[in-house]
Amino acid sequence: MAAVHDHDVGHAHDHHPSGMMRWMMTTNHKDIGSMYLWFSFIMFLTGGVMALTIRAELFQPGIQIVQPEFFNQLTTMHGLVMVFGAIMPAFVGFANWQIPMMIGAPDMAFARMNNWSFWLLPPAALLLTASFFVPGGAPAGGWTIYPPLSVQMGMGMDMAIFALHIMGASSIMGSINIITTILNMRAPGMTLMKMPLFVWTWLITAYLLVMVMPVLAGAVTMLLTDRNFGTNFFNAAGGGDPVMFQHIFWFFGHPEVYIMILPAFGIVSEIIPTFARKPLFGYSSMVYATASIAILSCIVWAHHMFTAGMPVTGQLFFMYATMLIAIPTGVKVFNWTATMWRGSMTFETPMLFAIGFIFLFTVGGFSGVICAIVPIDIQVQDTYYVIAHFHYVLVSGALFGIFGGAYYWLPKWTGHMYDETLGKWHFWLSMFFFNLTFFVQHFLGLAGMPRRIPDYALQFADFNMISSIGAFGFGFTQLLFLYVVLKCIRGGVKAPASPWEGAKTLEWTLPSPAPYHSFETPPVVR
Amino acid sequence: MSQEAGHGHYYVPAPSTYPITGSIALLFMGFGAAFSVNRLPLGYGLLTIGFAILFYMIFVWFRTVARESESGKFNKQVDTSFRWGMSWFIFSEVMFFAAFFGALFYMRVYSIPWLSDLEHKILWPDFTGIWPTAGPGITEKFMPMGPWGLPAINTLILLTSGVTVTWAHWALKLNKRGQLKLGLFLTFALGFLFVGLQAYEYGHAYSDLNLKLTTGAYGASFFMLTGFHGFHVTLGSIMLLVIYCRVLAGHFTPENHFGFEGVAWYWHFVDVVWLGLFIFVYWLI
Repeated sequence: MAAVHDHDVGHAHDHHPSGMMRWMMTTNHKDIGSMYLWFSFIMFLTGGVMALTIRAELFQPGIQIVQPEFFNQLTTMHGLVMVFGAIMPAFVGFANWQIPMMIGAPDMAFARMNNWSFWLLPPAALLLTASFFVPGGAPAGGWTIYPPLSVQMGMGMDMAIFALHIMGASSIMGSINIITTILNMRAPGMTLMKMPLFVWTWLITAYLLVMVMPVLAGAVTMLLTDRNFGTNFFNAAGGGDPVMFQHIFWFFGHPEVYIMILPAFGIVSEIIPTFARKPLFGYSSMVYATASIAILSCIVWAHHMFTAGMPVTGQLFFMYATMLIAIPTGVKVFNWTATMWRGSMTFETPMLFAIGFIFLFTVGGFSGVICAIVPIDIQVQDTYYVIAHFHYVLVSGALFGIFGGAYYWLPKWTGHMYDETLGKWHFWLSMFFFNLTFFVQHFLGLAGMPRRIPDYALQFADFNMISSIGAFGFGFTQLLFLYVVLKCIRGGVKAPASPWEGAKTLEWTLPSPAPYHSFETPPVVR
Repeated sequence: MSQEAGHGHYYVPAPSTYPITGSIALLFMGFGAAFSVNRLPLGYGLLTIGFAILFYMIFVWFRTVARESESGKFNKQVDTSFRWGMSWFIFSEVMFFAAFFGALFYMRVYSIPWLSDLEHKILWPDFTGIWPTAGPGITEKFMPMGPWGLPAINTLILLTSGVTVTWAHWALKLNKRGQLKLGLFLTFALGFLFVGLQAYEYGHAYSDLNLKLTTGAYGASFFMLTGFHGFHVTLGSIMLLVIYCRVLAGHFTPENHFGFEGVAWYWHFVDVVWLGLFIFVYWLI
């Protein structure tokens, strides 16, 4: 990995707009990446406030703080905001910052469209959150917006549908951009099987996005016409079927959950080798495992619908296909562990988050296999067991991956080292409070506490109180992350080009902070 | 304004106001659409403003890209990026139609047979579940759209337009500009003719066959599938018209004409979707 050009930033773009216009007009992948990340953090706090309101209501049995109708709006919007506003944009932010630098490209393939992909998100977020203030309030049928409930709701649902359309367009444009960048902009010598694993996981994620986001657009369009134009797609009286929406939705929805975890796999696969000071164990098996997960994710959707009514053969097929995913996922977990085996490990904050990820994601993966077993799923569906399961994969999976990646690359982005002590505090507090919040929910679910209901029977009171305390602890801990990031941007110890001695990917050959135009002449990869 | 950036000579455009303009347009359109489907005041106004801004944005953005292309800013690598980009875009469109075809197949293969099986006799004793149907609860009579009138002619029109666009492409490659213009003209003329005939067919369906969007499973799948397809044919025809104007303005060379090719790919895509429609929506009923 040689021949990094020494940069003369001034010459390329002769006149930059300044102030707000810089951000609105930019075609630079780093600017756009930063906007994605900040947008994601704002939405993370927004969804977090909703989560804390939910947990405050559930602190004790009975109705204390919010009305049931509003509670349903909160659970629905918490899901939509976190999935489409927080997790997905955060990963696209990472992709924007890192992919050009990791493959030795000057920028993204479609720099102007890249800006549009980002700027579609604020109008969509506005449309989505403004639904709280219209008659009938925000959508309240769960983030999966199943009919017939979603056909009957007020105009908030229409706003959510249009918001989903816009966010889908943003995702499709962003993904086409990422795929094209990876396929066409790699530095000479960077063959596909030499790409960093983060780039690989994003290539596969982007493929999944281009495949399933249009299906979601189709599903919500049918919902829209059923609501407003008298079609009968989801109405049995007209020959349609509400369950058909679930099939179409989950054909999108299941790949979607892998869309939210594969980039985190990529980030962890960068962090672990760096801090274990060993090359990633089983690189090619990691690539094939990622691809297998992506392919399998397209044929397992109906495991979300075991109780919705389907033939037993269907249940069996989807059960076994789902359990099959544990194999490539297991390959990954074993490879990460083998990478650490006899490594010369240090435990800086990114590594802590990566190891926390492996532990807790594995817990979430196991509870996923449990949920995949039809007779068990019939018992635990729509209980807090499912809530616990997917928060273990989405919070301690996707979100821990995001935090780990942020700490890992902050020195490259800002040119300063973050505060290691505070970073470690952030990790350990997150780890503690996360488990406090969600581990007990497994027991609540197994004992039969239903989800999406603001009140509960008395025997669930103790665990709910523990969970709520954990949730508030976890929520306020994230303000510490904000503080660490701001502190790192404003100053701190100057970061060298490669602050991590074990880091081998291309971005670490650039100075810190990385120059505005990453690679003016493509580096040659051996 | 724009510059030949030094990095491997890959063209990175200068800062631009087009994206934010498009986002403002979609903000108006999102709120406008939500307002108008709920019959609130301002809805259509917001929607109109949104569309106007969007059309303006699309116009200036594409004009800029065409100028950048003609001034030689795009090298081979940029051309490859465009090819990948267009291919993946068409793939996303295929998946969009797949959602609606999936709905059609699901209703025909699962939900309607289920609704007419023995268990459901108690609810709907008279429902036979024979396609085309408006479902057990909608008793209004209607006639299905047969395949061998206008739809067959439309099939012929689209297939012919696929031939003419290929003829135009060969003419462009051999630098026969006259044939290129004629071929392109015929292609978008056939496209607009198709859309006109579809509109006539819709009128026929509504006034003579009593076949409407509200005619249950059959009406919904018929109008949504053919409607989105017709919308795509309209877009494709407009794209061909733009390419025609660019040809008149002297754009494209035998070596360098991805603008033309991208639109031709798109045109073949709507052609193939139509074949699926003709078979599964019109023919096999």
